[in-house]
Amino acid sequence: MELRQQILESIASVAPEAELDALDDAADLRDELDLDSMDFLNVLIAIKAATGVEVPERDYPQVRTLAGLLDYVRARG
Amino acid sequence: MAQFNMPSLGADMDAGELVEWLVAPGDAVERGQIVAVVETQKGAIDVEIFESGTIVELLVPVGEKVPVGTTLALLRGPGETDEQVREAHAAAPERAPAPPDRDPRRLSPRARKLAAELGVDEATLEELHQTAPGGVVTGEQIEAAARAQAPTAKPAAATAMREAVGAAMARSKREIPHYYLAHTVDLEPALQWLEARNAERPIDARLLPVTLMIHAIARALVEHPTLSGFWREGFVAGEGVHLGVAVALRGGGLVNPPIRHADRLELDALNKAILDVGTRARAGGLRASEFDVATITVTNLGDRGVDTVFGVIVPPQVAIVGLGTVRRRPWVVGEAVVPRRLIELTLAADHRASDGHTGARFLARVDQLLQTPEVW
Repeated sequence: MELRQQILESIASVAPEAELDALDDAADLRDELDLDSMDFLNVLIAIKAATGVEVPERDYPQVRTLAGLLDYVRARG
Repeated sequence: MAQFNMPSLGADMDAGELVEWLVAPGDAVERGQIVAVVETQKGAIDVEIFESGTIVELLVPVGEKVPVGTTLALLRGPGETDEQVREAHAAAPERAPAPPDRDPRRLSPRARKLAAELGVDEATLEELHQTAPGGVVTGEQIEAAARAQAPTAKPAAATAMREAVGAAMARSKREIPHYYLAHTVDLEPALQWLEARNAERPIDARLLPVTLMIHAIARALVEHPTLSGFWREGFVAGEGVHLGVAVALRGGGLVNPPIRHADRLELDALNKAILDVGTRARAGGLRASEFDVATITVTNLGDRGVDTVFGVIVPPQVAIVGLGTVRRRPWVVGEAVVPRRLIELTLAADHRASDGHTGARFLARVDQLLQTPEVW
């Protein structure tokens, strides 16, 4: 499966009502999708399960957007 | 003979709608088992049975809305026959009021849930019901109807929940003499400790900052029991610190499922419990026995950039703790001004049950506990 799709599905598993088709790659995911810190951790857990890539807390600033997440996982996947 | 009745999930609930039976006549059930799903103003709730036995008969069909206390199913114990149970039930003098005279529409549980979620109105449902083959309306038809409906139609479930929250908060503001306190806490030591600990752990064992806060709050409450309990004609101390966590639902609305005996849980267990109730609250998997248990509520608005929360107490509780956003700010340590991560911790409490002095000591104790997480 394409990486972008894997990540979108990970987000959808936590926020099923989110309109991901309209999601701007550069938008702050937490603000745009109204994710709290618990949701965000659950998204990262789902991404780990789907791609094997684990994002440590110190790298959270790099994965605030969909574009950032894609780059981060692609570089390590 | 035992009866399984429509539970009350709070003083503001007068009826519930049966959306799914998870058992059938002849099934053996155990105390605590989830046997039905009921739609209420507080969302879809899993309902447990409080006695073990064998299901004799399901009295209320899926899709029917009945008043609190209505017998939903009959249960037989060891040595009883189905006939004995039915006779005893028929002879029982205390019966719940008859359900309102209403044509129960035949909807599959999925269709009913969808209709509520998508805000398909009663008139549309009636129309579907009239035209559907055999009167049975499917999920696909509901979805089609929702698409056809005006986009401004409000989701019915969210509206009911708004009303439930409104009723509870109006009562709170009308009856409870709130006092409000705020205390700034230096979270730097706790967060540094947490980050070092999380760096060594797999992602699914990572602790959330809010877990540390809740841990400290629960421990401090043990020493300040007049903040944890209920006001019922007078103060009644809670039997244990059951800490409600306010969870905002995505469709709108709010629930505060409890973490039982939060003061006794170690950090990992507490973290797991917080993730569990948060996830279930949003997915609609809360249990009936989880309502009206919490002895105090914690509301965390720190993810949305709020500095200070001025909480409204959830009746019949007597206090609510608010968490603001963790921010890096100048702070005096020794003789120097240094950047530290700070949080505004607030308390709104019922002046009938405690005084500001108690509340101030409680907040100071939470602060103190958060300075030394390594000794927890």
